[in-house]
Amino acid sequence: MTKTLVVSRRDFCGALAGGLFLVQGTQAPPTHPIAGQEPLPGSGPAGSLADPARAGRPLDPVTAKDNDAAIQAIEKRLSCTCGCGLDIYTCRTTDFSCTFSPGYHRQILSLASGGMTADEIIAEFVKEHGESILMSPPKRGFALFGYFGPWVGVTLAGTGLVWLLRRWSRRAQVVAAATAATASPRREPAPSAEDLALVQRELSRFES
Amino acid sequence: MSLLGDLALWIALLLGVWGALTGFTGGATGRTDLQQSSRNAVFALCATLLVAVFALEWLLFAHDFNVEYVAAHISSNLPTFYTWSALYSGQQGSMLFWAAVLTAFGSFAMVFTAPRHRVYLPYVSAVVCVVALFFVVTMLFAANPFDRLPYTPADGRGMNPQLQNPGMVFHPPMLYLGYISITIPFAFAVAALMSRRLDVDWLVAIRKWTILSWLFLSIGICLGMWWAYVELGWGGYWAWDPVENASFLPWLVMTAFLHSVMIQEKRGMLKKWNLGLILAAWVLSIFGTFLTRSGVIQSVHSFTQSPVGAYFSWFLFAAIGLLGYLYLTRLPLLKAEATLESLVSRESAFLFNNLFLVGIAVTVLVLTLFPILSELVGDKISPKAPTFNFVNVPLGIALLTLTGIGPLIAWRRASLPNLKRQFAAPVTTGVVAALVILLLGMRQVWPIITIAVAMFVMGTVAQEFARGARARHRQYGEMYPVAFFHLIARNRRRYGGYIVHTGIVMLFVAFAGMAFKVETEASLKPGQSVSLASPYGWTYTFKHLGVSQYDALNRQVTAGTVVVSRNGRTIGTMVPEKRQHVDGLGNPTFEPSTAPAIRSDLREDLYVVLGGVVGGTETAVYRFTINPLVWWVWYGGMIVVFGGVIVMWPSGTVGGTRVAAGYAAKIGATE
Repeated sequence: MTKTLVVSRRDFCGALAGGLFLVQGTQAPPTHPIAGQEPLPGSGPAGSLADPARAGRPLDPVTAKDNDAAIQAIEKRLSCTCGCGLDIYTCRTTDFSCTFSPGYHRQILSLASGGMTADEIIAEFVKEHGESILMSPPKRGFALFGYFGPWVGVTLAGTGLVWLLRRWSRRAQVVAAATAATASPRREPAPSAEDLALVQRELSRFES
Repeated sequence: MSLLGDLALWIALLLGVWGALTGFTGGATGRTDLQQSSRNAVFALCATLLVAVFALEWLLFAHDFNVEYVAAHISSNLPTFYTWSALYSGQQGSMLFWAAVLTAFGSFAMVFTAPRHRVYLPYVSAVVCVVALFFVVTMLFAANPFDRLPYTPADGRGMNPQLQNPGMVFHPPMLYLGYISITIPFAFAVAALMSRRLDVDWLVAIRKWTILSWLFLSIGICLGMWWAYVELGWGGYWAWDPVENASFLPWLVMTAFLHSVMIQEKRGMLKKWNLGLILAAWVLSIFGTFLTRSGVIQSVHSFTQSPVGAYFSWFLFAAIGLLGYLYLTRLPLLKAEATLESLVSRESAFLFNNLFLVGIAVTVLVLTLFPILSELVGDKISPKAPTFNFVNVPLGIALLTLTGIGPLIAWRRASLPNLKRQFAAPVTTGVVAALVILLLGMRQVWPIITIAVAMFVMGTVAQEFARGARARHRQYGEMYPVAFFHLIARNRRRYGGYIVHTGIVMLFVAFAGMAFKVETEASLKPGQSVSLASPYGWTYTFKHLGVSQYDALNRQVTAGTVVVSRNGRTIGTMVPEKRQHVDGLGNPTFEPSTAPAIRSDLREDLYVVLGGVVGGTETAVYRFTINPLVWWVWYGGMIVVFGGVIVMWPSGTVGGTRVAAGYAAKIGATE
């Protein structure tokens, strides 16, 4: 006699979830401390890392000027040229591997410490790299099309749509009036209370 | 196995040609043998391409590094999870995935299309074969995933570290499913054009497909945002990158279609517009793939650049030309069955909603292509996030406002007393919300407007649910919670749509929240700390404990440990990482990447990036960011998808099925 194995949906889902957990579990990263590293982070006198190269490019300590809101504001108006599409501040603090943005940051700090204003620094960058360095292209020439073209387009299309809708609705009113004029003058009998209740019921059913 | 894959592609080429020829000829001549042959070609094409997918997966799991694709995208120590996803992490593999899924969707369409809509199937199968054929040709002649190298490297290059994230395992296929599934409604649209059967039937046939595409695109976009946030380390989720925009464009057009199609179904209007939207959505889906694949515009997704761009551009030009011809020659058949009766009506609201959705789509398209367009007339201008935000924020808020207005206006014609009654509560909600946030001290204009409009829309949604539930309670004596659920169950399209609107509102509020982002950079020795004030008035203190290094699977990790306290009370530990990925031989494969540590709640996210170390010591450089309301993006996205699933869920009643299937216009026209 054959015995049918009955597996409930819950058992099946549980087994599936367990299986996925085990598969993931086998991939759990084995964490091996590296020989030579101090046993507790920060506990040694030097606090040196076993392999600093793994931590990416060596960095300089952050200074108060790096966090200066005015410097950040300038950097947020300038785009990094590494191809990321981000501004210099975001790029240099994102994965800290960009080789362009730290240089621009140093240049901005140097220009600022030389007494240049934000606008002068921006102008210096534009002189050096062209207007493509700006996060927001200046509102002139063809760029105006990019800034205001969409609004003008939507406004014109909206105006056209209102005109069209008015025309359609006027036409519909004319048609309705003509239909009413040609319709038989015979008065329809008033609907009964039952009819009205039926219509109301059907309408509310449809609406809900 | 590469020979099998190659062979499968060549057979697919022949099947594609056959399926297209028999489909178009069978459709035009009415010969059932040809129609059946085309249908079978789709099934055979699907099976053949699945064999090719199987062959590529086999080569990936077998670590056959003599195959160029395998050597370029995986290494022997890559986790299984990502070895699987390597199928679509590269150019050639993703094209194979595209073609295989397309023919799978095509096969589903062949099997599950209702008998009354089968008249379109010969053309549908032909169109599916043509699109799949394009991908097969591109693979065979420009990007073959089975190409072999003249030598066998000891190990592969490995997968780009940015792609080694669970979000990246699910985000691309979801987006591809969205792009690909648009081909099915598109194929029905072409079938309707070619067969000149342009009544409401083809719309009914594609209804589920359009929602399915929209759902996949929504999920794909949300997962992409999540991946960008948790993986890239820049602390945001949307940067108006060309490839992000490419996925947004068909989503916008499909959203416009899902609204405007209701007017055609209910009133028999906007036939030309709806057809145009479906054709545009498909063209944009191919355009999106072209942008992703060609590298024609510089993007962070540049890991996918290759020469296939030329194939895509020719295909796009040819497709646009043919579609334009078909569309223009069928215009006389697309006359509206009714006219609009009043400027103040639901129909008008939907038209304005379409205007803004399509307006935003055109804006995003133009700004994305602006570097190319500006170069044609002078210097190259590359608009970035601030320009996109400058243009799109007002348009987006206008669109959000319409999301609240549309449901409040009656179909056909709205009277003034009706408008007053409908608008009173939602407008009051929006105004009160604006006053409250002004009193709380918020002064930023766009966030205030966004939140006020968002509350207006929520007022609309709440009012619609409350009125509906009250009506059921009065009529059927149902308890309010029961009435609420029955309300949704009885009209899933309408109330599922309102749930989608709720999710959209949450997304807008989350976007507004990002205006209050604060961040600082610091280098900290072990034991040192830095403080940062949150927009909610709390002070967070981040104390650096030290830096540890260890090996993990296919990477060497440098991890900083940071203890976080809020207003002096410790709330947890965060461990941002710097990862150096290595191949199976221990050689570094890519530049070290960052893995930010994120601590989230509904109000704000603490986002810590380990930049590196100073002088090889445990003095670590960090960026600390507080991002308000980020979880609202993820929850908003989930609610959007949940609402979409409700809209798509089959209706249980016959009447409901008919209404949901868009029979209103048809019945109205025939009775």
